[in-house]
Amino acid sequence: MSHVSVTVNGKTYEHDVEPRLLLVHYLRDVLGLTGTHIGCDTSQCGACTVLIDGQSVKSCTVFAVQANGANITTIEGLARDGELHPVQEGFWEEHGLQCGFCTPGMIISAVQLLQRNPNPTEAEIRHALEGNLCRCTGYHNIVKAVQYAARKMQSGAAPASAR
Amino acid sequence: MAVSRIFGAAVKRREDPRLITGRAVYTDDVKLPNLAYVAFVRSPHAHARIVRIDASRARSAPGVIAVVTGRDLAGKVGNIPTAWLIPNADLKTPAHPPLAIDTVRHVGDAVAAVVAESRAAAADAVALVEVEYQVLPAVVDQEKATQPGAPQLHPDVPNNIAFRWRVTGGDIEAAFRSAEVTVRQRLRNQRLIPTAMETRQVVAEYNPATGELVVTMTSQNPHIHRNILSGILGVPEHRLRVIAPEVGGGFGSKIHCYPEEAVVSYLAMTLGRPMKWSEDRRENYAATIHGRDHIVDLELAAKRDGTILGLRGRCYANLGAYLSTAAPGIPTILHGLMMTGCYDIPALDYEVVGVLTNTTPVDAYRGAGRPEATYAIERMVDILAAELGMDPAEIRRRNFIPPSRFPATVASGLTYDSGNYAATLDRALQIVDYQKFRAEQAEARRQGRLLGIGLSTYVEICGLGPSAVAGAVGFQGGLWESAVVRVHPSGKATVFTGTSPHGQGEETTFAQIVAEELGIPLDDVEVVHGDTARIPMGWGTYGSRTTAVGGTAMTLAARKVKEKARMIAAHLLEVSPEDIVFENGRFAVKGVPERSKTFQEIALAANLAWNLPKGMEPGLEEAAFFDPSNFVYPFGAHVAIVEIDPGTGAVKLLRYVAVDDCGRVINPKIVDGQVHGGVAQGVAQALWEAAVYDENGQLVTGSLMDYAIPTATVLPMIETDRTETPSPVNPLGLKGVGETGTIAATPAVVNAVVDALSHRGVRHLDMPLTPEKIWRVLSSTT
Repeated sequence: MSHVSVTVNGKTYEHDVEPRLLLVHYLRDVLGLTGTHIGCDTSQCGACTVLIDGQSVKSCTVFAVQANGANITTIEGLARDGELHPVQEGFWEEHGLQCGFCTPGMIISAVQLLQRNPNPTEAEIRHALEGNLCRCTGYHNIVKAVQYAARKMQSGAAPASAR
Repeated sequence: MAVSRIFGAAVKRREDPRLITGRAVYTDDVKLPNLAYVAFVRSPHAHARIVRIDASRARSAPGVIAVVTGRDLAGKVGNIPTAWLIPNADLKTPAHPPLAIDTVRHVGDAVAAVVAESRAAAADAVALVEVEYQVLPAVVDQEKATQPGAPQLHPDVPNNIAFRWRVTGGDIEAAFRSAEVTVRQRLRNQRLIPTAMETRQVVAEYNPATGELVVTMTSQNPHIHRNILSGILGVPEHRLRVIAPEVGGGFGSKIHCYPEEAVVSYLAMTLGRPMKWSEDRRENYAATIHGRDHIVDLELAAKRDGTILGLRGRCYANLGAYLSTAAPGIPTILHGLMMTGCYDIPALDYEVVGVLTNTTPVDAYRGAGRPEATYAIERMVDILAAELGMDPAEIRRRNFIPPSRFPATVASGLTYDSGNYAATLDRALQIVDYQKFRAEQAEARRQGRLLGIGLSTYVEICGLGPSAVAGAVGFQGGLWESAVVRVHPSGKATVFTGTSPHGQGEETTFAQIVAEELGIPLDDVEVVHGDTARIPMGWGTYGSRTTAVGGTAMTLAARKVKEKARMIAAHLLEVSPEDIVFENGRFAVKGVPERSKTFQEIALAANLAWNLPKGMEPGLEEAAFFDPSNFVYPFGAHVAIVEIDPGTGAVKLLRYVAVDDCGRVINPKIVDGQVHGGVAQGVAQALWEAAVYDENGQLVTGSLMDYAIPTATVLPMIETDRTETPSPVNPLGLKGVGETGTIAATPAVVNAVVDALSHRGVRHLDMPLTPEKIWRVLSSTT
């Protein structure tokens, strides 16, 4: 067993885990943070995307022990004091989700994009979300959701970035 | 929001807050005390005899609780049944044991189940189960499987032919005798993998003291799963509860009854612990159904002016290794009967041969037979237009069933409910500015650029359906739908539907229906679905039936509530019920608006029952069961504009315009979303997706690394518009829209690519239209 200490959504956890335990399984099965989903076994789908020290990472590509000492944000930690993150709000306003299974990872990737590029073009949005698969929406309203969030964040009417 | 504006308003979905914050509960999020985990040992061979299974090493591995094989389950867990027994087709339904006993018939066929203390321990132990196979010759192509000497899958299915089904109408011989022109073409509608982002999952818990089995699973139709599991496991229906919690997409793949859910339930019952199985994506690709996979030969008879006289042909439908739940009905009832599309074609003769092969079973995938029919007729019409030198828009207009013909009975015997096909085509051509595009295309060709435009004018059958018809075509269930509207003393309502939406947004649209009918705020309606213990009998979500059938049941239940409330209001206001008007949530005396009761006041009065009309039962709750008189037939015109890179053969989708008519629209935001997603799946078949087997039956596209579902970068924005032709089949004029995009899009894109290459002599190309395929065409033509 290996020791892991991580801060997830502002709270610090310590556990002894199997070295082979993937971060996504640690988040879901050990911490009970089931908002992060598993949609494949080849790191294609992106449903498990979380922020590790501010970088969006597919949590199925990382062992839990590799995240030792890291600061992680999952979908559960994105809304602040009950107020949705502008990207979450954009997905709701623009009907950017249907079954919702890809949505947590999609939202996290979009948050990362807007941190790096506050005013992305449609092509830049599509490129940034290429690692997140959605089978329901055809991506049309996901693009619009990110555009909505970009406008909202530019206007300063909402928090500028995730924790 | 004004009450009268709820129906038809683009309200935000009430499903979303839990989904965008990670608070939704999908099956794999369910954790129970003392949970054990199941993993399956699967065949690596497409066809083999099981010589020996040695599970001793697995049984003694750390954390392993049990290993069971097919022999252990024989006589204890029933076979997996086929539930659509089409008549007059010499249908054979070979045995499908829950775990293979002597023979495996496709890669991924389950041969044993391992139970362990953790998911990882179960997965580890799977590798320790030793199975000795004697490999047998395999066949994956449905035509080859019917030929003499082909490997035989099941002893009771000679030549692997599960059925031969035929539809005829009109005088096909006369049509071809009098034809001035005929065209024929072989079309391959390749196999696809549904790929719901959530794979299949199940959690089963059995209480030996009460005898109750609770199965939480990824289901599109919990009551159907309850019924079938009850038969397989011998647990009576009233002690078997199936819960579909949040379900991460289905696209048909979660309709069916598979072996794993039954085996996991049996293990929970016999080992005395709750069990969970989580399908991984590779398993999903090998063990959850595939879709399409037709080889079709078609021939059209026509006059020189483009009038189509008849259509005949034969389809070889690949059904995979076993007959899945609805498999026989998909390429026949939902396909063969729709072959003449939106055209007035007086004669039809079409045979479908259902064939078993050493591949994953094939069943309903989004559109389920109708995309294949639309692809076939829309390609044939374009081929005929090319043969005659006619414009593809003109040949369609010439053959459309005219609006005056509705309700229109077509050659297959179906009666289309309502339609105005030319209106959608005109609108779509106007949006793309068709004449201007043709001029641009001609200019582009002079510059060596390859631009193409493709039309698809479709009609589909959905809103499944009249139960008597379901019975007549061998569907082993009803297709009516239920709804309960329960009004609480405060006037707030909980409503229950037998449909089981899993992404389509009916929690929102059904709340809109009820809020509109009862004149109460949208937030005062809660929609409950997906739990056989909480909701009345129902048939689930598929075949674009949820709103047209389930939404109608909901409307009728709400209207019954309203009628009872009116009687109570009249009693309390001391007038006769005919003198009560209901407006803006108030029951008022006609002409005396100040004498009124709110819906909430009536709800309280009904639930207190201190002063009700003589003989009236207390409470305010009504159920409705709606069985439609006919199917509904949405239609539309889709246009794709593509450009082909002459150097690489890569197809770029420049524009996509969808003009759909799905009857009256409850929520345009949701309808547009359904079209976007449907179009994406249809485009994907045209350009990228294909489930590929090698000749030994190995699934070459066995993971998301190899199977190309579209990413955000390969699709354009989808331009949507609508016409609105109400259906006469239900009181709200509703049709369906969940599958229209997938049904329409595939031929629109293929027609566009062929159009782009038509001046190079290309008449047809089989899908998917990959860069390599087109590059080869470009390299061999000038």
